[in-house]
Amino acid sequence: MASALGKDLVGLEYLTRDQIVSILDTAEPFKEISERRIKKVPVLRGKTIVNLFFEASTRTRVSFEFAEKRLSADTVNISSNGSSVVKGETLVDTARNLEAMKIDMVVIRHGSSGSARFLAERIPSNVINAGDGRHEHPTQALLDLLTIRDHRGAIGDQRVCIVGDVLHSRVARSNIHGLLKLGAEVAVCGPRTLLPRGIEEMGVRVFNRVEDAIEWADVLNILRLQLERMEGGYVPSLREYNHIWGVSSERLAQAERELLILHPGPMNRGVEIDSDVADGPHSVILHQVTNGVAIRMAVLYLLAGGSPETAEAAKGGVEA
Amino acid sequence: MSERPIVVRGGHVVDPVNAVDTVRDLLLVEGRITRVAPEIDEVPDDALEIDARGLVVTPGLIDPHVHLREPGDEHKETIASGARAAAAGGFTAVVAMPNTDPPIDTPASVGYVLAAGRRAGAARVHTTGAISIGLRGERLAEIGEMVEAGAVGITDDGHPVMDSGLMRLAMEYSLNFDIPVADHPEDLGISAGGVMNEGLVSSRLGLRGKPNGSEDIHIVRDLIVAEFTGAHLHLQHVSTAFGVEMIRQAKARGVRVSAEASPHHLLLTDAAVEGYRTEAKMNPPLRSEADRAAVQEGMIDGTLDIIATDHAPHHYDEKEQAFDDAPNGIVGLETALGLVHTHFVRTGRISLSTLVERMSAAPARAFRLDGGTLSEGAPADLTLFDPELSWTVDPSRFLSRARNTPFGGEELVGAPTMTIVEGRIVFDGR
Repeated sequence: MASALGKDLVGLEYLTRDQIVSILDTAEPFKEISERRIKKVPVLRGKTIVNLFFEASTRTRVSFEFAEKRLSADTVNISSNGSSVVKGETLVDTARNLEAMKIDMVVIRHGSSGSARFLAERIPSNVINAGDGRHEHPTQALLDLLTIRDHRGAIGDQRVCIVGDVLHSRVARSNIHGLLKLGAEVAVCGPRTLLPRGIEEMGVRVFNRVEDAIEWADVLNILRLQLERMEGGYVPSLREYNHIWGVSSERLAQAERELLILHPGPMNRGVEIDSDVADGPHSVILHQVTNGVAIRMAVLYLLAGGSPETAEAAKGGVEA
Repeated sequence: MSERPIVVRGGHVVDPVNAVDTVRDLLLVEGRITRVAPEIDEVPDDALEIDARGLVVTPGLIDPHVHLREPGDEHKETIASGARAAAAGGFTAVVAMPNTDPPIDTPASVGYVLAAGRRAGAARVHTTGAISIGLRGERLAEIGEMVEAGAVGITDDGHPVMDSGLMRLAMEYSLNFDIPVADHPEDLGISAGGVMNEGLVSSRLGLRGKPNGSEDIHIVRDLIVAEFTGAHLHLQHVSTAFGVEMIRQAKARGVRVSAEASPHHLLLTDAAVEGYRTEAKMNPPLRSEADRAAVQEGMIDGTLDIIATDHAPHHYDEKEQAFDDAPNGIVGLETALGLVHTHFVRTGRISLSTLVERMSAAPARAFRLDGGTLSEGAPADLTLFDPELSWTVDPSRFLSRARNTPFGGEELVGAPTMTIVEGRIVFDGR
């Protein structure tokens, strides 16, 4: 069954503006399910979903699992620890074996860029990319977009700056594609050792100084600085990183407008983001997490053949 | 040789070394070319007549850069399968790279490769030896003894020589034996972790890039060392515009340098990687349009004087992986002639004579191989090809064990018809 999104969700690069908007719109009615006393609707009853996680993940995996279970799907979690993956089975063979057990969808997280697409091209099940290497993490960007829209009413008139390790970030790439398609202005800011060469050609501005980014932006999406980046020599020390690129309330106080603060988590408090910012009035970080479940429900529902128009009816009315 | 004499009649003979580019007959007796003339009347009674009218007859093509994978990775290719693939591609000789498992870094292992090549009875198999023991880049291997055993050059191909001091020693030592020092120019510090060209495509795909600079730095370093040692440097698979220009300038200064262009760097860019196509993953990577144009220009003007395939067979299971995990390289022996003929000769960008220069005469000179010409007395190594034959690249029909090519499905014009090595027909596609 061809869904409104096609067979798979591999990345926002491959979606149209209208498809992205329809996912955001579909997520709206699904938000309410998680507010109910009994958080379960029969939208995906009888569907079998495999969560195939080759990389450690807590937030994304749990968020997908909640979304699947609240839509009544049957789920199986496979992580690289203790699975046949560590016994040397190839990705193709793992997928084909799962496929042979008659499944409907695979949610995949993998350390290699392109792995979600690789899988999608080789199995008939719907494939949802939950993060492939440095390529894309589309549901994260979608929940970021939904959160910006919730707070600002629209996305097209916003200036969004992604701050930090863009080079290694799939979140950054998905956000850039999604934001540009929805008409936002996009910038990146961070040490040049952590920005991909030629990033300007993707249609984004580059700020060397976080002060300049703060002055320009309406929204900051602050990326996690992974500790191995320091060990890899990309930045001299976490202390210096915080000193030069850390987002602090002092820096935010210099801005003329009130910035919306997003962070895909998990945070390194005191490195890329100071605690008073993370916990401050402009932080919508926990709202992002809440929206994550609704976005993933919307994606699952649409890939299963649901239409945006009938989402409200499909999940049943608002609980009395 | 107990083979029957062969007379090749009426072919369009292209032999740039002797400035021949016209219809000639050739007589091959006891593994040698004994006569080249407009019409040969007197032939031995038992001579085999080959009608070459409509065909191009050239000195046997020579590929100075192939990976035959034996010993160690026979599931990808063997010396015998590689030698047969070469013959089917119109090559009468190949030069094997030493990065096998174990590597070719001793006289005994050189002898093994050459003996297996002779047993294959297809294209001639030459081999290089390693520059350093175990390709580890630390100490010189027994280069003199490997040359005595038959090695035609030295290289740590696939394992760039990172220590400039070792490269200096290798080049100085090579002067005693009159062999080229071949290098895969790449600064591993800059390219670390890279799996494709660094540029917009890699940024978008989220794949780690190798910038041109990683290759440029070692090209320049090698040229500097070659210049002050006076050694013969052979630069492998040059892929960058700056690298081509540096070689051009070095040649103008009189530095002894030969250099390769591969068919894939001549014809493809990093756009071929789109969709995470592992058959477009190789090292050096496919680069930008500007680099491709510069490599073409360098090949046409002779800065890159040799076309070499860097034939790199892999099993399909190995390429059928996530891009990061797939190995580098593509096969090239059975597509090179068709690709170069279609895209450069038929388009008028080079003459047939230049094709033969780049694919036969120049590689023979660089590696001091007997061949590359149709002079009387030269080895009877000939390639006959049909310049009008249209065909479609079908990897399932390769004689190579491997199928990994980005050129599958390409429509080409010009295909090998017959390959003759030492007066013996080793491939007959008639």
